[in-house]
Amino acid sequence: MEILVCVKRVPDSAENEISVGPGGTDIKRDDLVYSVNEWDNYAVEEAIQIVERDGGNVTVVSVGDSEAEDIVRREMAMGANNGLLATDAAFEGSDGLGVATILAAAATKASYDLILTGALADGGAAQVGGMIAALLDLPYASVVNKIETKDGKSLRIGREIEGGNQEVSDIELPCVLSIQTGINEPRYVGIRGIRKVASVEIPVLDAGALGIAAGSVGAAGAKVKRVDYFVPVAGAGAEMLTGSNDELASKLVELLKAKGGIK
Amino acid sequence: MDAKIFVLVAHKDGKADDSAFELAAAARAMFPGSAPIGLVCGSGVDAVCGEVAPLLAEVWKFNQVALGYPNAELIRPLLLNVIPAGSVLLLAHDTFGYDLGPGLSVKLGATYVPDVVGFDGLEETTLRVVRQEFAGQVSAHVNCNIANGAVVTVRSGAFKPAEAGPAGAIVDRSADAAGLTAKRKFVELIQAEAGDIDITREDVLVSVGRGIGDKENIALVEELAAAMGAAMSCSRPIVDAKWLDKGRQVGTSGKTVKPKVYLALGISGSFQHLGGIKGNPFLVAVNKNPKAPIFQVATVGIVADLLEFLPVLTEKIEKLK
Repeated sequence: MEILVCVKRVPDSAENEISVGPGGTDIKRDDLVYSVNEWDNYAVEEAIQIVERDGGNVTVVSVGDSEAEDIVRREMAMGANNGLLATDAAFEGSDGLGVATILAAAATKASYDLILTGALADGGAAQVGGMIAALLDLPYASVVNKIETKDGKSLRIGREIEGGNQEVSDIELPCVLSIQTGINEPRYVGIRGIRKVASVEIPVLDAGALGIAAGSVGAAGAKVKRVDYFVPVAGAGAEMLTGSNDELASKLVELLKAKGGIK
Repeated sequence: MDAKIFVLVAHKDGKADDSAFELAAAARAMFPGSAPIGLVCGSGVDAVCGEVAPLLAEVWKFNQVALGYPNAELIRPLLLNVIPAGSVLLLAHDTFGYDLGPGLSVKLGATYVPDVVGFDGLEETTLRVVRQEFAGQVSAHVNCNIANGAVVTVRSGAFKPAEAGPAGAIVDRSADAAGLTAKRKFVELIQAEAGDIDITREDVLVSVGRGIGDKENIALVEELAAAMGAAMSCSRPIVDAKWLDKGRQVGTSGKTVKPKVYLALGISGSFQHLGGIKGNPFLVAVNKNPKAPIFQVATVGIVADLLEFLPVLTEKIEKLK
């Protein structure tokens, strides 16, 4: 199976305190730790496992600059066979549909049986996979937490729906799936793996190569535009306890006793 | 805006989902003076249509056996057939919304406005909404050009449920939903495993998240829970890492709990996690990140390193005995 996996470089929100920068136009980006979007990493692992089982190739694609290239390279170190980078000044400021348009165009550069994205990224929109599917007229399923390959014509998939229940469906190939965390255990990428792919050439596709008209993507084409970032005025917010660990623990024990938290 | 406003009504076992009431309110808040039309797709949906009619100006019923299980790959072409160009459709930001919404917006040529947590104004064809990014650590005002219509997904709890008014007319449009086919077919629903403990029945929960860092550190949480006589639960990343069973996961994709006391240890407080905590418990958050969104909803907050703080806390509780 030929599989395309779309990945995004994001500030790791588990590792960073995200705060609003001066004027609110952006978050403070100095000192942020970036990594591949967590959901995308599961998608790449799933693709690699399918190919290890049934044969084929995994291609990883990202929209972005040379820093996004590092993410593509990392996923190649995991075991993806090929990398692609969609880079053009005209892509900057794209909204969700802009990114999906670029990725859909990249997907038509070869014949893929399966296109994977992460279910969510840092924007929390859960939108790009479903848009790619619609742009390419392919069937789609989101929050997928199980993939069984069958006869090469369809897949049996599970979707993780509310309450942790699993909705099982059959979906025809080619198709687009967005992958939920927990579907597998992404493999560890060691220094040796990174070194192995350090000098691999990663083809760069610009707007011309992808056949994308200037103005249809990027800030010029965006219909959804962020005006500013802000920190909401917390309602009551938490009563913050202060002191040494010993003092904090004493205060908390008293509160827990009063609220019936200690049996 | 003179566009038609639609609300997609989710339902299960003959009852409308809570989201239907919130979406009806959202439609009237965002588009005052509009006459929102409810869309009910399914098999045997008369009761649901009757239930939501008092919330809406009109209800369109699409009753077909093929729609017995909500398959977005069937419902998307159905909606494309019946929604006029330039319309606005509101739906819930949940796993069905993820399936249906993005592709529907592309096919309608409408703007996709996902995961709205607040409404901040409508001027001409610019809809201004509030969203959250970076797992809820910061919020953003977003301007959306909806001149060609919009598909808007609304987060649960963002709008207060609509009150009933005069019942809107129910229009049977089932014929428009005939002969649908899809390349994705529903097979079965597998219920979540019960697990070794039922956290939904516990009064006191000690809940652990990604901030615990390593599998071996879970022992610190176990010791605290044991000292308190409480049960241990967790957030999603702990289950993804297979450090605890799925049966202990609190959140929209896990269990809904209603304890009296809830300790959130190293849990940032994503809306998916908070969505699983009901009944307004005494919520204590301990996190090393002072910007963690959990502090916005917690009763009491402590900024501390769990690995240093938990042993001190456990020791103090042990000494009470």
